[in-house]
Amino acid sequence: MKMVTMSEAAAKTEAAKPILSVNNIEVIYDHVILVLKGVSLSVPAGGITALLGANGAGKTTTLKAISNLLHAERGEVTKGTIVFEGDQVQALSPNELVRRGCIQVMEGRHCFGHLSVEDNLMTGAFTRRDGKAEINRDLEMVYEYFPRLRVRRASQAGYTSGGEQQMTAIGRALMSRPKMILLDEPSMGLAPQLVEEIFEIVKKLNEEQDVSFLLAEQNTNVALRYAKYGYILESGRVVLDGAAEALRTNEDVKEFYLGVGGEGRKSFRDVKHYKRRKRWLA
Amino acid sequence: MELLNSIFIKPFQDMVAAPDFLLQVLWEGLVAGVLYALIALGFVLIYKSSRIFNFAQGIMVVFAALTLVGLHEKGIPALLAVPLTLVVMLILAIAIERVVLRPLVNQPDIILFMATIGITLFLVGFGELIFGGENKVMITEQLGIPTGSFTFEPFGGFVSIEQKDLTAVIGAVVLVAALLVFLNKSKMGRAIRALGDDHQAALSVGISLSTIWILVWFIAGIIALATGIVWGARAGVSFALEVIAYKALPVLMLGGLESVLGAIIGGLAIGILEKLFEIYWGQPLMGGNTETWFAFVFALIVLLFRPQGLFGEKIIERV
Ligand SMILES: Nc1ncnc2c1ncn2[C@@H]1O[C@H](COP(=O)(O)OP(=O)(O)O)[C@@H](O)[C@H]1O
Ligand SMILES: [Mg+2]
Repeated sequence: MKMVTMSEAAAKTEAAKPILSVNNIEVIYDHVILVLKGVSLSVPAGGITALLGANGAGKTTTLKAISNLLHAERGEVTKGTIVFEGDQVQALSPNELVRRGCIQVMEGRHCFGHLSVEDNLMTGAFTRRDGKAEINRDLEMVYEYFPRLRVRRASQAGYTSGGEQQMTAIGRALMSRPKMILLDEPSMGLAPQLVEEIFEIVKKLNEEQDVSFLLAEQNTNVALRYAKYGYILESGRVVLDGAAEALRTNEDVKEFYLGVGGEGRKSFRDVKHYKRRKRWLA
Repeated sequence: MELLNSIFIKPFQDMVAAPDFLLQVLWEGLVAGVLYALIALGFVLIYKSSRIFNFAQGIMVVFAALTLVGLHEKGIPALLAVPLTLVVMLILAIAIERVVLRPLVNQPDIILFMATIGITLFLVGFGELIFGGENKVMITEQLGIPTGSFTFEPFGGFVSIEQKDLTAVIGAVVLVAALLVFLNKSKMGRAIRALGDDHQAALSVGISLSTIWILVWFIAGIIALATGIVWGARAGVSFALEVIAYKALPVLMLGGLESVLGAIIGGLAIGILEKLFEIYWGQPLMGGNTETWFAFVFALIVLLFRPQGLFGEKIIERV
């Protein structure tokens, strides 16, 4: 079989300057639970990058490390660095990060249930200082991308459907004028055609609004169709990365993540010929 | 038989027989209720945005009133002393955020509750140190609050309304209305409500906890000053004023810790009911002084039937 080699991976990423780079980070919860054991990845400016892996692999933890939301869960980055647009993320508060253009859409949507859809969207503009007119223009833009939200603008978000909540959560992030959105499992619990709809919008936002995406997904199939590059995470380590196209045709990925051939899902660790690369380890 | 009559029939006969007196009682109850509602609102805002049950709310009332009267004693004109007191309350809010809340964020709720007990003790000591421990008189007249009274003669009877009570009610209504508009229409108000709904999500969209916390503690400070002026005008300014905050507890039990509307309606209901009970049942049947306990018993009984309180926010569950 053909491995995705390091040089190939590097060649694909170096085309664009990274907007985000995560360098060999370790994350520990509650001072003792080591969850990320040296994760490195980079997201090119203007790209859609997928972070794939089974439940519990550490995708959410990685995203929260980047958006600096770990503290609230008693998690801590104990090693490594995260650099967003040249600045160390660890030195910035979540508020400051959002202001600089890096925002997370959390797993499970997390809309403000008692607020109307429109109020939800408006909370996304908290960090902005460019005035009402600009903010209202962006609200209009969000409604253009998500016409369904315009219809539901006055409804309490808690009473809208899962798809509408996902749209609200993405729209809310858009209101902050992000350069980069960390999108955690947007497909979770949604019907296939809705998943497709959401990903189409992600693609449009990426192309038209120049928003870079780091996309955590268990739905490998969909994610690799929309992403340009992918990382596969297992038990807190990146076990494979490469261009989306290469990953999709990779035999191991096909077998373990795309459900093509093979008998049931195994782990990369069980595959003898697979050697974990240590290229990021200093 | 006699007893049943005096519980279930006579009080209502009395109400109908002297409707003017009933109106008077209702008015007195309303005035107290407005204050309870205000104080409960202070609790609710802080609880919603930080999950802290603020034990210090009562002492903040005393501290605000003491500061106002103290500043005036030091020669500052009353109308200047009010904004100055507000500045002091703002500084207090900033200090509490910096020194207490920020270092303790992510600690268990009970630790934060204990921290507010610490704030209480500090304010008692600090207030005494600066303004002395002796009772003071609220500078009602100097603030331009009218002290006379209106009288009406409805139903051929007689109702008297003290102008300072009327001022208090109008002031409280304006304050509550302003607060509601602020919460529902402004960016910061929206952020406070968002934080109450989902802490993590609020952080994720960049809502600044520090800013919101300072804001809600400052609002609690404004409410404390308003209550301090009104209650102080009736009862004098002393550390005993703190008890008014305890009256907020049954209001919160009734209205729910997280409901703004619950605090308002609960406060009014308790103020009015405890007055009615005292006059028509307490005094004739129990020798009076029922106002000290009625609210708690009433709230407990309601909770037996509605554990989420009368207006506990509906928990929206949807997958
Ligand atoms: N707050 C936490 N405290 C302790 N362990 C956690 C916490 N959050 C996640 N974990 C653990 O970290 C691992 C990775 O979780 P997560 O990042 O949520 O994975 P994924 O998003 O890929 O499903 C899991 O084993 C999970 O049990
Ligand atoms: Mg996850």
